[in-house]
Amino acid sequence: MTTEATQPHRLEDEFTSEHHVYEPHTVGLPPLGSYLRALWKRREFAAELARTNLRAQHFNTAFGLLWLVLNPILLATVYFILVDILRGGDRGEDFFAHLVGALFAYYFLQQSMQQGVRSVVSGGRLILNTAFPRALLPLSSVLTAFFRFLPTIAIYIPIHIASGLPVGPEMLWLLPIMAILVVFASAMAMLVAAVQVYFRDLKSFLPYATRIWMYATPILYFAHEVPDRYDWIPALNPLAPIITAWSTVLDESNSPALSDMLIGTAWAVGAFLLAAAFFVSREREFAVRL
Amino acid sequence: MPSGSERLAIRVEDLSITYRTPIERKPTLRSMVVRAGRRERIVAEIDAVKNVTFDVPRGSVLGVVGANGAGKSTLVRSIAGILPPTSGRVEVNGRVSTLLALGVGFNRKLTGRENVVLGGLAAGWTREELAEKYDDIVRFAELKKFMDYPMRTYSSGMYGRLAFSVAVNMEPDILLIDEALSVGDAKFKRKSFRKMRKLCEADSTVVLVSHALQSIKDLCDHAIWMHEGELRMWDEPEAVIDAYTDFLEVGEDAVTMEDV
Repeated sequence: MTTEATQPHRLEDEFTSEHHVYEPHTVGLPPLGSYLRALWKRREFAAELARTNLRAQHFNTAFGLLWLVLNPILLATVYFILVDILRGGDRGEDFFAHLVGALFAYYFLQQSMQQGVRSVVSGGRLILNTAFPRALLPLSSVLTAFFRFLPTIAIYIPIHIASGLPVGPEMLWLLPIMAILVVFASAMAMLVAAVQVYFRDLKSFLPYATRIWMYATPILYFAHEVPDRYDWIPALNPLAPIITAWSTVLDESNSPALSDMLIGTAWAVGAFLLAAAFFVSREREFAVRL
Repeated sequence: MPSGSERLAIRVEDLSITYRTPIERKPTLRSMVVRAGRRERIVAEIDAVKNVTFDVPRGSVLGVVGANGAGKSTLVRSIAGILPPTSGRVEVNGRVSTLLALGVGFNRKLTGRENVVLGGLAAGWTREELAEKYDDIVRFAELKKFMDYPMRTYSSGMYGRLAFSVAVNMEPDILLIDEALSVGDAKFKRKSFRKMRKLCEADSTVVLVSHALQSIKDLCDHAIWMHEGELRMWDEPEAVIDAYTDFLEVGEDAVTMEDV
């Protein structure tokens, strides 16, 4: 299907190829191969959108960045004092390091959801006017959240060292655990982004949900401190094994428990596949719902 | 693909589009809970396009006329691949550039430059292609001074000019324009007409949705008239517009040609 106007440097995909056929496919998924190719081809869009969002959040200024790291560190301090009082003052420096490390990882997930929930609805005009894989919008939110997570690493390192926590090669485990967390965060971002189209008040409920989720995750306490009668909370919480593995590596410089890694991966991959299937099978409807 | 259709840019076969849209302005979980048990109808089913068949030869301009709610915008969106058909088939040969009713800027808080870059990347352009075209876009839109201002500071004319400029400067094979020519002053309008003619000489195809009947007459090779989702007429622009004007005069409204 070549034409005089064919531009040879252009890759074919469902959205911009020289020849498109649109046929009914309101039910189920679009052809996944071409969807993924189109998605990959437009990865620059997701990156640029994330950068633009960060600029809008004044991430590129010194004070904007300062606020970004000051905010979680202040919250971590407040939580530390709170927990220390409730525990009768038995919490040490190692707990503060644990709290900060786990909280920063949790904030990445929370940010992915908070940015993701707006992503589709605020992309209204773009969705009405351009054909592109809509999954780029929530995925870009995860990227934004990840960029916001990066500077917090620089804050964590001195706290880790000052608390006298061990450092070792086992810390490389953080990379696969972070990868699991990114997959899980992408799942959550796609889920809330799609649900927000149908229920516009999800955005207002979300802060409550994420707060409760944080309390249900071993962040303000160590995983091994959970009393037996509350065992079901971490057992049902997909985030518990991921954060437990994260904390095991950070706090003890130990390899994470295999069960935490396996259960965490299973949750993340399962949630990702379900959320992606839900989002992608719904996304063609977004244009008439916005 | 059947032979003989190589010269066709767009082929729409027996296209129907039905979609469900919520009646509430903003659907919420709260309203769903409040409504629970009352069995109220919360979505409207809209038959926007019904069994429409037509085609557009390459290098020609198709005008689309019709009253509000006739399904014109839905039809154009389905050609752009934004809305999937409910039944039937749309076949498009070539790269599509869209200039639909809402324009280019999707986020008014962002600057003109950011909107152009994001819109272009979403449409599948590479950074290099965008960098290459960027100056042409700004020059054509005559917005050099304003590209780094947030788009909320733009007038509607500036908004429309930028949208039009992005759409035509992407050198599309097929340009879909939904009532965008009413923006801009007479000078810009003339410029856009010239640009569209130039695109057609370069074998591009244009689909123009407009209430400005005079510009349909001036620009189009063929025209279709949509009425309540159905294709009423597909003919030479003069014939379609005469019939459409007659119809409107028989109906309630008087039509003016002075829209452009």
